Amino acid sequence: MSLTADIVKQFDGGPRVEASIEISGAAPITILFGPSGAGKTTVLRCIAGLEKITSGRITFDGEDWTKTPPQHRPVGYLFQDYALFPHLRVRDNIGYAVKQAPGTVERVAEMLQVRDLLDRWPSELSGGQQQRVALARTLARKPRLLLLDEPLSALDASTREHVRSELAHLLRTVGIPAIVVTHDWVDALTLGDQMLLMSGGRVLQTGSPQGIFTRPQHREVAEAVGVETVVAGRIHEREAGIAVLQVGTGRLAAADPGGEDPEFYVCIRGDDVTLEKGRAEQSSARNHLRGTVLEIAPAGVLIKVVVDVGFQLVALVTRQAVADLELTKGASVVAVFKASAVHLIPKARI
Amino acid sequence: MNWDAFATTFKLATITSLILLLIALPLSYWVAFSKWRFKFLVEAVVALPLVLPPTVLGFYVLLALGPQSPIGRVYERLAGRGLPFTFEGLVVGSVLYSLPFAVQPMAAAFGSVERKYIEASWMLGVSNVGTFFRVIIPQSWAGVITGIVLAFAHTVGEFGVVLMVGGDIPGVTRTLSIDIYDEVQALNYSSAAATSAILLIVSFAILSIVYGLNRKGWLFVADRGHRQAV
Repeated sequence: MSLTADIVKQFDGGPRVEASIEISGAAPITILFGPSGAGKTTVLRCIAGLEKITSGRITFDGEDWTKTPPQHRPVGYLFQDYALFPHLRVRDNIGYAVKQAPGTVERVAEMLQVRDLLDRWPSELSGGQQQRVALARTLARKPRLLLLDEPLSALDASTREHVRSELAHLLRTVGIPAIVVTHDWVDALTLGDQMLLMSGGRVLQTGSPQGIFTRPQHREVAEAVGVETVVAGRIHEREAGIAVLQVGTGRLAAADPGGEDPEFYVCIRGDDVTLEKGRAEQSSARNHLRGTVLEIAPAGVLIKVVVDVGFQLVALVTRQAVADLELTKGASVVAVFKASAVHLIPKARI
Repeated sequence: MNWDAFATTFKLATITSLILLLIALPLSYWVAFSKWRFKFLVEAVVALPLVLPPTVLGFYVLLALGPQSPIGRVYERLAGRGLPFTFEGLVVGSVLYSLPFAVQPMAAAFGSVERKYIEASWMLGVSNVGTFFRVIIPQSWAGVITGIVLAFAHTVGEFGVVLMVGGDIPGVTRTLSIDIYDEVQALNYSSAAATSAILLIVSFAILSIVYGLNRKGWLFVADRGHRQAV
């Protein structure tokens, strides 16, 4: 499978979106990440054929799709709010696509665990159920490429977590390459193999989600994410609701996320980290990590301090704090943050 | 009570409504979805019968169907007789006269079908025509029925166009509204009153159906989904 898309879309008297995308390999999941208005959905709609591109070229497995109408592109498109036909029952929604082999509805309904819902109306389904039915409807067409537009944004926070891991599992099971639009960095880390960062109608950075979040080449990235430290970690031991993780050569404590899988992305916001000289035993925070200052750089009104504590930890502190602590490169410092400030995101594995 | 006029009127309204269904479905689709720059001109032409005096419309239809016009001549050669002052001529005039009553509710209903459903249909490999019948029409039933019922009711009540194009031939082109006029001219008030009462009741019943459909939507499965989703 290979998709090459050079897209230029100029809206009449409106914004301009430019993006070059290359996807190849067996079934990688590509994330289109960026703030709203970045042009992510436009790129997705151009690949689907729902928008005509102003100039450029889209080829898929050697076929030129540039002028192909959407009906003739073997693409599955999951709409943001799923767009289930309200006048058709679940069964007829799933069976809507043209040229289905007999038994297709039952087969995909089984795969997505919506068999029991076949006789319901879309309005009788929960958000998570609607998403599964919409995916079933899409898969019934046997697409060779899946395009998912903000697949989790229509769900409320409580179902979101659950559906996100289901979706990650499903996308890897069906083995169809997918492009997922999202502005949520947790989605990006959970689902993505590679990521394109978009802002202002352009692709700013390409790479692995973790790589982009940890080493943003643009201020927009850091601002869009708001999480300065993203590192891979592995649970070393668990006790009384607290998990101790091995991260690089350092260890830190976090609230135990549960589950079997020990591999996680460890995410810490820079402004949750405080820096101290010497010891600070009285603090209620669980993590006191001693390290050396690697880098001091201004970040807006704050100062970004990178400390090597066995992994690179980013702290955002005030200018006053830098002066009081006499921070310089190479200085020894203790980084302090609560266990609850550590956000663990399960690594979805292939 | 003139039963001939009664039969003529309802035959005319039924045939006109059926022809309008065939014309208005594609025309309304075009009006709702075309991005042509000069679409507004077509919309204005379709809406003309709403504001034009029926006599003016009737006059032009009469000219267009007459032996002096190419259309009239072609028809005369094919059918062996002219269109003016025949039932067929009356049908042509009625179709034009009631066109906006069919097109406007249908176009409004088609245009209010959410774009995402149309695009979802395309992304499942279904053509524009397939999408029209499988997504747009099922979500626009109230608008389609409203358009046809209004066209029917409007045809039942027409007067000026019928008089201009059809003349007043008993059993052929004399409709109820003309019959009432004739009876009043003949000072035959009791007959006029009976016919008027029937037209009043029929019109009221039809409009009640239209407003009932659009208000409750109880006939349509699609509305059930819509109501709960909102």
